[in-house]
Amino acid sequence: MTEKLKISIKNLNVFYANKQALYDINLNIMEREVTSLIGPSGCGKSTLLKCLNRMNDLIDICSINGQIMIDGTNINDSDQDPVLLRSKVGMVFQKPNPFPKSIYDNVAYGPKLHGIAQSKDELDSIVIKSLSRAGLYEEVKSRLFEPGTGLSGGQQQRLCIARALAVGPEIILMDEPCSALDPIATAKIEELIEELKTKYTIVIVTHSMQQAARVSDRTAYMHMGELVESGFTKNIFSNPQHQKTQDYITGRIG
Amino acid sequence: MTTITYLAIFALAVYSFIINKSRAVSLAKFSNLHSQPYYHGIYSAVFMFLPAITLLILWTSIQNILTNLTIKDYFGDINDPGLVKFYINSVIDYSSGVSTRIIEHSGFLPAVERYSSLTYTNSILKIIVAIGLSVTLLRLSMKTVTVEFKAREYVERLFVMLMKLSSIMAIVVTVGIVLSLLFETLRFFSMINIFDFLFGLQWSPQTAIRADQVASSGSFGAIPVFAGTILISLIAMLVAVPIGLYSAIYLSQYAPYKVRTFAKPIIEILAGIPTVVYGFFAVITVAPFFRDLGDKIAPGALSGESAIIAGTVMGIMIIPFITSLTDDAMNAVPSSLKEGSLAMGATVSETTKQVIIPASFHGIVASFLLAFSRAIGETMIVVMAAGFAANLTLNPFESVTTVTVQIVGLLTGDQEFDSAKTLSAFALAFVLFFLTLILNVIALNMVKKYRELYE
Repeated sequence: MTEKLKISIKNLNVFYANKQALYDINLNIMEREVTSLIGPSGCGKSTLLKCLNRMNDLIDICSINGQIMIDGTNINDSDQDPVLLRSKVGMVFQKPNPFPKSIYDNVAYGPKLHGIAQSKDELDSIVIKSLSRAGLYEEVKSRLFEPGTGLSGGQQQRLCIARALAVGPEIILMDEPCSALDPIATAKIEELIEELKTKYTIVIVTHSMQQAARVSDRTAYMHMGELVESGFTKNIFSNPQHQKTQDYITGRIG
Repeated sequence: MTTITYLAIFALAVYSFIINKSRAVSLAKFSNLHSQPYYHGIYSAVFMFLPAITLLILWTSIQNILTNLTIKDYFGDINDPGLVKFYINSVIDYSSGVSTRIIEHSGFLPAVERYSSLTYTNSILKIIVAIGLSVTLLRLSMKTVTVEFKAREYVERLFVMLMKLSSIMAIVVTVGIVLSLLFETLRFFSMINIFDFLFGLQWSPQTAIRADQVASSGSFGAIPVFAGTILISLIAMLVAVPIGLYSAIYLSQYAPYKVRTFAKPIIEILAGIPTVVYGFFAVITVAPFFRDLGDKIAPGALSGESAIIAGTVMGIMIIPFITSLTDDAMNAVPSSLKEGSLAMGATVSETTKQVIIPASFHGIVASFLLAFSRAIGETMIVVMAAGFAANLTLNPFESVTTVTVQIVGLLTGDQEFDSAKTLSAFALAFVLFFLTLILNVIALNMVKKYRELYE
């Protein structure tokens, strides 16, 4: 496994109005690995995830200080364009949210926005490649021009992953991607994450400790806005250093 | 006297509520009541109040009929029924002190005397019976306050009946309005051919009322009137749609939360301004502005009354409808869609154009249609700013008239309600009603459709 630093978070503090949501977070995320963020509800794991593509900018009352370096550039610098950042850092949400457009147009949305495809043929091939990579193409190839909202929940979530892949990101953020899905659809998504990590850096927020243990290489445990401990997943689950981590993974809190 | 009786019965009902409720409360200390004390109170109050009031009202109306019949005998020698009615009314007015006029007729003073004594005994009797009934019912209702009495169920049933009555009332009134319009319209079409009305190009409703008057014979082609309405409404939409749409996009997609909570109520206040105030605005501010502007381009070309002035002010009037409804429609688009698009690296304007507007399109179009039907039905602004001359023109700088203006013109002042001129107002109103009804049905269907999209 290549040990290359992709994201480096240093002294990150986040406030919603006067309420502090994250306290002095320091975390390194390696390239082409799956890093999972776990912790009880309200511990700030989703907030941390949204800092990585600056989705918190959309909340008026949110203020951020600290450094988030991606490939050596601080994304919070004033000269950094969040629009460009988000084309490099894709995101998959808790609830599948396909646009009310056809399956094809859902995937073609990003490439069209960013002018990635030069011709119709190129666009077609990007759509097909993204759908295949998300493991959905075989299921939908006969109905590419039917509405994306007509798919099942699991298919919709894979469509959203395909949509994110079509822009050609380097990092994919997943915010509890399986919490609205049944076990079979969840298994498919987890399989997909396994495949995707050969090309992408993945950060996943999850409520399910089994899922974190199954899919991730490294795990970070958060509690009340603080990062309690992080490290290789197998170490965290078999030999947690902190009492709080142990309480959480053994089911005593959370 | 009667007012005091009504008040007394009401007071008894309140007393009945209080006493029976407190009886139920004390009963509840020893056992489990089927119904809460409040329901026992309400039940006994209604149990007493309704029969007593019904008795009073029935008694009064029957009494009026009977006394009228009695005093009619005093004027048996008069053949004209209208005159008899007038005499009877004079007797009633004189006895009750409304008027002091004495009619020159041998039967008048005896009739007054008879009427006064009849009403006097009658009202004494009425009060005694009504109060007696109330007290009896009050005593009866006290016996119903028992552990197992199902007061709650009766009260619930009573309220359901009240609500049913209210909704029936609303529907009956609507049907009544449509029917009254329809009958007058049919009367009009029995005088004027319906096709001449719907497709005629000449509108000059002045007809001679008396045979010796000089007036045109009247022609009732409604096309110029409806064309004027549509011209003004279209101008209004040209003003309102861009402003309304852009302000809605700003409010729902760009505005910080503070601006939004502050600006939206202000825009909605615009919708509450009486339209006559908009009319003043049109006459005092907008008309001179356009006239001065017109004078610079082609002196004297633009009069104070023209389609463009009325249309512009009407457009300003309907901006808040479009802003508010479009803003609601855009806000109803799930925020997950907006976030999804932004997370793909789309800007807010790209997201609005490609995700938000397509997703809320039905709602936006519905807001346009509702605003348009509102513009079509608007009266005050056009009365003040558009004019009465029924020109068939598409030139916005000329004076045109609208359906509502014509209706106002046809029905103001003394009118006889069987001339074609007056009845044509009903025909105009009926067609207008039909037009806005169709627009509203389409708009409401669209709103429903777009609601279903996300549920």
